[in-house]
Amino acid sequence: MPEQKRYPAKPKRVYFFATCLVDLLFPEAGLAGMQLIRREGVEVIFPQDQTCCGQPAWNSGYRDEAREVALQQLACFTEDHPIVVPSGSCAGMMRHHYPEMFAGSADQGRVEAFSSRVYELTEFLVHVLKIALQDLGEPVRVALHTSCSARREMGVAEEHEALLKQLSKVELMTQARKEECCGFGGTFAVKQPAISAEMVSDKANAIADTGADLLVSGDCGCLMNIGGHLDYRQASIDSRHIASFIWERTHATEG
Amino acid sequence: MQQRADFNHRVEQALGNAQLKASLRSAMDGLMASRKACFPDADALDALRLRGAQIRANALSKLPQLLQQLEQRCTENGIRVHWAESVDEANGIVLDIMRQHQAELLIKGKSMVSEEMDLNRFLESHGIECLESDLGEYILQLAGEPPSHIVAPAIHKTRQDIARLFKEKFPDIPYSDDVDTLTGNARGILRKKFYAARVGLSGVNFAVAESGTLCLVENEGNGRMCTTVPPVHIAVTGIEKVVEKLAHVPPLLKLLTRSATGQPITTYFNMISSPRKTGEKDGPKEVHLLLLDNGRSRIYEDSELVNTLRCIRCGACMNHCPIYTRIGGHAYGTTIPGPIGSILEPQKAGLDSLGELPVASTLCGACAEVCPVRIPIPRLLNRLRYERIRSDRDGASHGQGSGRTVKEAAIWQAWSWLHRSPRRYRLAMALATRLCKILPLGLGPWTRVRKPPRIAARTLHQRAREEGFNDR
Repeated sequence: MPEQKRYPAKPKRVYFFATCLVDLLFPEAGLAGMQLIRREGVEVIFPQDQTCCGQPAWNSGYRDEAREVALQQLACFTEDHPIVVPSGSCAGMMRHHYPEMFAGSADQGRVEAFSSRVYELTEFLVHVLKIALQDLGEPVRVALHTSCSARREMGVAEEHEALLKQLSKVELMTQARKEECCGFGGTFAVKQPAISAEMVSDKANAIADTGADLLVSGDCGCLMNIGGHLDYRQASIDSRHIASFIWERTHATEG
Repeated sequence: MQQRADFNHRVEQALGNAQLKASLRSAMDGLMASRKACFPDADALDALRLRGAQIRANALSKLPQLLQQLEQRCTENGIRVHWAESVDEANGIVLDIMRQHQAELLIKGKSMVSEEMDLNRFLESHGIECLESDLGEYILQLAGEPPSHIVAPAIHKTRQDIARLFKEKFPDIPYSDDVDTLTGNARGILRKKFYAARVGLSGVNFAVAESGTLCLVENEGNGRMCTTVPPVHIAVTGIEKVVEKLAHVPPLLKLLTRSATGQPITTYFNMISSPRKTGEKDGPKEVHLLLLDNGRSRIYEDSELVNTLRCIRCGACMNHCPIYTRIGGHAYGTTIPGPIGSILEPQKAGLDSLGELPVASTLCGACAEVCPVRIPIPRLLNRLRYERIRSDRDGASHGQGSGRTVKEAAIWQAWSWLHRSPRRYRLAMALATRLCKILPLGLGPWTRVRKPPRIAARTLHQRAREEGFNDR
């Protein structure tokens, strides 16, 4: 279990770290996260020099390559603002693994200071912004898949659920074995495709069995995996990042 | 490459076996539920796991002294202590003891170290019969298979599989797939052998240094039979199983039985402290303790990897592993399967022969979450992935660098080159949004069961600027 976390008071400004998957494949999720924070009266800074947290290389054993990329992120989040990340996986990397990556090096001190400022989006919305959501959407049944890193590394599974439970017309469906990994695992899905396929298929079955209309997750890796598999099966279950989902339902569109 | 092909072949076979899948799923679901029911208070569990981790870490921090103390205390108690650096040496020691007693039959309680030694095959090649007396192990011995789980060795078999196996091996006994009848039949067969065997063998769960006590946890009573009925008892264990004090046993025992099978206590808990003393009516006349290294002292050298040796062999990491649950223990091809096996076995056998195992994980962390002694398994898997591909020669891991390929290294170097330069990165992403329509959609294995992800028309970098989000 993650240690008891302390949250800061509501700041004037925050940094937003998009993650490379959001940047290229799910930009609307990143934008939604930024808009949710901005709506609460907090300025959101998006450093244009950010790239990737370095996790793919780190988890593949390419530690020097991961460090080079991590240092680039350190260089563009220099002010003392919280860094909000719309992914449990990338937030976990930056909060928990960066200190490990640079332990004993000259950069250790500044890396630890950086890591202590990293928050996953839903925990930031719940604990720092204390966001109150008003549901403007149609009734919908939703299955939530919390990524393993959001659940176990960042310890924010309850925050994901708490946000969805604020939405009055959302019925949260609980799939069997909801704590189980979906089989993504970064390069695992490509290195062990058969096991990964079995896992994602079981996960999709469990979600379909709930009768949910929609799959929501706070991590784009899981969305790509489970959502991609649901689409492949031509299941009538759409998938959405939790930030997009919340923004779409709470944002008054004109007309 | 060959190891990868072999592993993948076993994985495919396992995944193709619908019955195995169903058996494993229901067995693991049951074990997970039992464990959970035993630990209703999350804070109390956290505190107990922390205590367990401290006890094991403490023991490892002074392992050499504790082993010396253990040897001294055992010797004072009349237990003969043997040291084996390798499996060959360990097997030789057991064989010598068997020969000293002209023993032709060894009756065995459950011992994963004896599996590691491949003791049965070794002794049989010297004309000595080995008989497993743990029911699960006995079933596997009849079937000629290795265990697929460290606590529930025959978990991959259904009741009907076992009934058919008994019918095939013992045609005179009427067929039954009733569990109690099957157990009764096995007990009847084994009981006669207990009287005949001159030597019994067991494992050890905790070896207590301060008192020279060998603790043995079991449910069937066969462990007690093996360690008390034959005139000679041999206990085999790895050198890491030592704990400092008797007071350290209760917390570990509490964690072990609850984590393993969800039992508050096992049916039997044996504490063996000496051979039969003058005037005592039962117990073996001779007790031997065999301490096996087999690569453990090399693991011990590394300040991070040493945590592998905290393991108390409860099997909870397997029960909770989504990969073990899908492929079963045999697919790993190692004595100890599952998450703990994937860190332990490659360190023992070398990354050149088992380097594929640390890679075959999603790093989901379910194992570390339940580990009663808080072994950071995902972190150690990650470390072994690094050891497997590192190009320098500074490390000490066996088979270090053996998984490095020119192609993969070049890919990650190019990846780093792209992602450490914001300019190159932005250019590449912008280019990808333009080219997505003409880029090939197939992504190899990914798209076998998934639609490919769609590249957005504009990156978040571009949209953030358009929406007026400041850069600094």
